[in-house]
Amino acid sequence: MTDTDRELRVSKIRNGTVIDHLAAGQALNVLALLGIDGSGGESVSVGINVPSDKLATKDIVKVEDRELSQSEVDVLSVISPEATINIIRDYEVVEKQRIDRPESVEGVLACPNRNCITSGSEPIRTRFAVLDEGLRCHYCGEIVREAEVTDHLTVA
Amino acid sequence: MRQDHLISATQLSRADIEAVLDRAAEIDAAPAAWHGRHSGSILGLCFFEPSTRTRMSFDAAMKRLGGRTIDVGSVESSSVKKGETLADTMRVLEGYADALVLRHPSEGAATMAAEFVDVPLVNAGDGAGQHPTQTLLDLYTIRENAGLDDITVGIMGDLKYGRTVHSLAAALTNFDVRQQFISPESLQLPRSVRYDLHESGAQVREHTDLDEVLAELDVLYVTRIQRERFPDENEYRKVAGEYRIGTDDLERAKDSLTVLHPLPRVDEIAPEVDDTDYATYFEQAHNGVPIRMALLDMLLEDLEEEQ
Repeated sequence: MTDTDRELRVSKIRNGTVIDHLAAGQALNVLALLGIDGSGGESVSVGINVPSDKLATKDIVKVEDRELSQSEVDVLSVISPEATINIIRDYEVVEKQRIDRPESVEGVLACPNRNCITSGSEPIRTRFAVLDEGLRCHYCGEIVREAEVTDHLTVA
Repeated sequence: MRQDHLISATQLSRADIEAVLDRAAEIDAAPAAWHGRHSGSILGLCFFEPSTRTRMSFDAAMKRLGGRTIDVGSVESSSVKKGETLADTMRVLEGYADALVLRHPSEGAATMAAEFVDVPLVNAGDGAGQHPTQTLLDLYTIRENAGLDDITVGIMGDLKYGRTVHSLAAALTNFDVRQQFISPESLQLPRSVRYDLHESGAQVREHTDLDEVLAELDVLYVTRIQRERFPDENEYRKVAGEYRIGTDDLERAKDSLTVLHPLPRVDEIAPEVDDTDYATYFEQAHNGVPIRMALLDMLLEDLEEEQ
């Protein structure tokens, strides 16, 4: 058994989601994406810069009693395309999914263009087309580069 | 062209553009033949930002086709002032008119409005976004004066916030046109326009000095650099002064150069240029009527066929 395995066993969860193979440095952004700041009382384990076979180092997030919505998975695919999502029920992995890059993401990012129609009080959700290296606002055309995406997450 | 809305010049193919330009040329050749063609139709003018040329030329175009216009009036006197959303306003107005024209200060306003209305909607300017009908009349003027193939077009001034620039640059990628962009560094093309130009295979050639390219231009499209884009008055005066043209500058240009400007100008083009053969901007402004007549005719014609 490697040290990494032991570490992961220690923080095994009963029911919830393990988001593994996150690009190093993205764990806290993922928590922001999920709107988790501890105030909801969820049990959360976070590993940052954990040694990884697949990536040199990775981040990992485990959230008790929480499964991800499709739009959350979509954003995850943009900020960390290598990530895997494991759904855990009664300590067992019941579903393991690699994430596909979607064609568009809705309602999870604010357009950085302050003059975009989505920044007012119109009855619309933000929508971004997913490009090779970023996202593009469906309404005003503003382009958000991949590295900038986390700055514009709309956190619940 | 068979589409419900005109929102962005990026949606226009060469065939779409040529169809509108050809129709405008037919109208120009025999204007009287088009009078009364759309009597009974009503165009809603929804201008939530000041406009003189665009608003009046749409008004004139619809009336010359025999139709009528209704006008949302000034923002101060409209329901927007009471806090109504644009989406609600447009849903109400579509019940009053057969087609709508929208000018709004926010980028993406027309894209959004089009999601809420079924009648044809024309974007008449959305913030620093797009202004596709201006582009159609720009292209019409270029075609009449320089042709639309194998030419070099210089676009100068505020390329960052200038919606007429964004629409024109996108539309010109449909033609065999070399584009040269001349501006201060702080007002270069925005990322989104640059992206579209690259995607279409166009090369973006940028300059800070008009002299670098003036001699090779067939068309020079001048736009206004606005005071509010600069942190202080001195910086503005210094930069804006470098992008003004007078008759002295034009001595280095081809004799056949066509100088355009979407207007209003402040002092980017010296008044003495008006008297030269280069000056084509008033002709360009007048072309707004036949172009908008052509566009409205095509949109309403499609609608009438469906009914």
